[in-house]
Amino acid sequence: MTDVLAVTEHRRGELRDVSYEIITAGRQLADETGGDLHLAVISGTVDDFAEKLNREGVDAIHTVSHGEEFNHDVYTQAITQLYDDLAPQYILTPNSVNGLDYAPAIANALDLPVVTDTIGLETDGETLIATREMYGGKVETTNELEGAAVATIRGAEWPAAEGTGDASVEAFDAEIDEDAVGSTVNGFEEVGGGDVDISEADVLVSVGRGIEEEENIPLIEELADALDATVSSSRPIVDNGWLPKNRQVGQSGKVVTPDVYIAIGISGAVQHVAGMKGSDTIVAINTDPNAPIMDIADYAIHDDLFDVVPALTEEFGG
Amino acid sequence: MKILVTVKEVATVEDEFEIEGTEIADQYLGADLNEWDDYAIEEAVQLQEAGVADEVVTVTIGPEDCEQTIRQALAKGADRAVRVWDDALEGVDLLDVNAKTQILSAVVEEEDPDLVLTGVQAGDDSFAATGVSVAEEIGAQWGAVVNHLEHEFDDGVASVRRELEGGVEELTDIELPAVLTIQTGINEPRYASLRGIRQAQRKELDVQGLADLGVDEGEIEGDLTLTDMYEPESESDATIWEGSPEETAAELGEMLRNKGVAP
Repeated sequence: MTDVLAVTEHRRGELRDVSYEIITAGRQLADETGGDLHLAVISGTVDDFAEKLNREGVDAIHTVSHGEEFNHDVYTQAITQLYDDLAPQYILTPNSVNGLDYAPAIANALDLPVVTDTIGLETDGETLIATREMYGGKVETTNELEGAAVATIRGAEWPAAEGTGDASVEAFDAEIDEDAVGSTVNGFEEVGGGDVDISEADVLVSVGRGIEEEENIPLIEELADALDATVSSSRPIVDNGWLPKNRQVGQSGKVVTPDVYIAIGISGAVQHVAGMKGSDTIVAINTDPNAPIMDIADYAIHDDLFDVVPALTEEFGG
Repeated sequence: MKILVTVKEVATVEDEFEIEGTEIADQYLGADLNEWDDYAIEEAVQLQEAGVADEVVTVTIGPEDCEQTIRQALAKGADRAVRVWDDALEGVDLLDVNAKTQILSAVVEEEDPDLVLTGVQAGDDSFAATGVSVAEEIGAQWGAVVNHLEHEFDDGVASVRRELEGGVEELTDIELPAVLTIQTGINEPRYASLRGIRQAQRKELDVQGLADLGVDEGEIEGDLTLTDMYEPESESDATIWEGSPEETAAELGEMLRNKGVAP
C-alpha cells in the first residue's frame, strides 16, 4: 500500500485552487495500490480550511496551527515531522512559487528524490512514474523514481476534487523550532495596477518574444488602435521593460477572458496559457506551426507577424 | 560580501527536431547561457559595482565544451569561475537534483559565500529545485523566485520580494548566508562589452573534479531515471487561414466583424 501525503496551499485567508486539484492527484495515486490519502493543512485558519478540503477521497486531514501565512521554514519542519509520523510513500505539493520554496528542502532533508512540475503520476507501489515537460513544452518525458519520493504537481492539470468527504480531522502537534525560522514575511503587495486594466478589455492584441525588438512594439500598438483594442503581452516583453507590468498576461500577471485574444509571436508557454485560455476566441499568429499556442487557438495564421500585422492594420484603415 | 552565482549552459532546441531514444538528436540542439542565470549574474555584478560585494564567483557543472558559455559570465563582470567536471559524471543524468546538490554544496562550503544566487530554473529541464535543495543541504536560509533584492543588507538580512502568482509579491526578510533563486525581470542583464570579453579570457577558470571537492562518486548516483521522451500529441483543432498576408488579414478581419468586436 502506498499512502500519499498531499500538502495544501492558501494565501491571505483563501485556499488556492491547486489545493482541491492535489486531492484528485493524491487520490489517484493512492488508489493504484489501495493506500490512504492524507492532507496537510499548515498555518492560517486551519479548521476552516480543513472543513472546505474535506471532499470525496480524503482519508485524513492533519492540521498544523502555526502563524497566518506561508513560511517555508514552518512548512519544512511540519511536513518532515508528518512524514516521520505517517510514513507515506509519496509527498505531493503544488508546483507553485511557494511549493518550490519548500518541496526541494523537504526532499533533501528526508533524503528523498524529487520530481517537479509533473503533469501525470502513476505507481505500482515501488516505482513512481512521473510525466513532465522539457524544453518549454516541446517534449514530454517519463521519469522513474524508485521508492519513496516527493513530487510537485502543475496546477490545472488534475480536476478539482468535489463532493463531501468523511475524513478524520486531527490537529498534528508539530514542534516548530523558532530558532530555525530564518525568514520573515512582512506583507504582500499587488503589482501591475495603473492606467489600464487588461482584464476588462473585449479584444486584446497580445505580443510576445516574436516581436524581437522594442522598436517593433509600435506595430502592435498601431494594430490595437485600428481595432479599438487593448495591448497586452507575454512575460518576456515586460521583463525587457518594453511594456509595463500591468500589460502582462499569465500566471504571474493577469488572468484575462476577452471576447477575442490575438496572440502575436507568442509561443504559448504554460505560464502564459494559464492567464488567457478562458478567452472566448483565440487567434494565433506565429511562424511555428508546432508552437504550444496552436493547441488552444481557434484560428491560426502560420506566417511572419511582420507581414501579417501591417496588413491587418491596413485592413482596418490604420 | 562574497557572492557565488551558479550558472548552467542549457540546451536549446530548434522548432523542428527529432528524438533519438530519450534525447533530442544532436543536430537540432544549440547551447546558451541559461536565461535565469543571466539575471542572477547581473544582480551579483550590480552588487559588486555598488560596492556591496567584494567578489563574485561563478560555478558551473559541465564538460569543457561549456567554457565558452561560462566565460560570458566573466565577460559581464564576475571575477572568476569554477567549473566542476569529472569522468564519473559522463554517464550521470544531471536531471537528478540530489547529484547537483551534492556537488554545488561542496563548492559552496569551499568558497564560503555570504550569498548564493541561482536562476529560478534551467530553461531546458525546468526543475526549479536545485537552489532550495542546496540551501537545505548547507544549512543556509533561502528564498525562491525572487524578483527584487534590496542592495542594503542591514544586520545581515536580505530584504527581497518573491513573485507569487496573480500579480502579488511577498515582502520577505531572509537572514544571511542565504541562497536566492532569481526570477527574470529583476534587472536588465547587460551585454558583455568587447573589453569585458577580452578581460574574461584572462580571468581564472578553475576546474575541479569530484575528488577535489571531497564528493564521493556514490553520492551522485541519481534516483531519477528518464525513461521516455516524445512529442506531445497536438491537440490543435484550429482553423488555419492560408494565403498571402493580405488574404489572411482579411479572413481575420471578417471574423472580428462577424463577432461584432471590430470597427
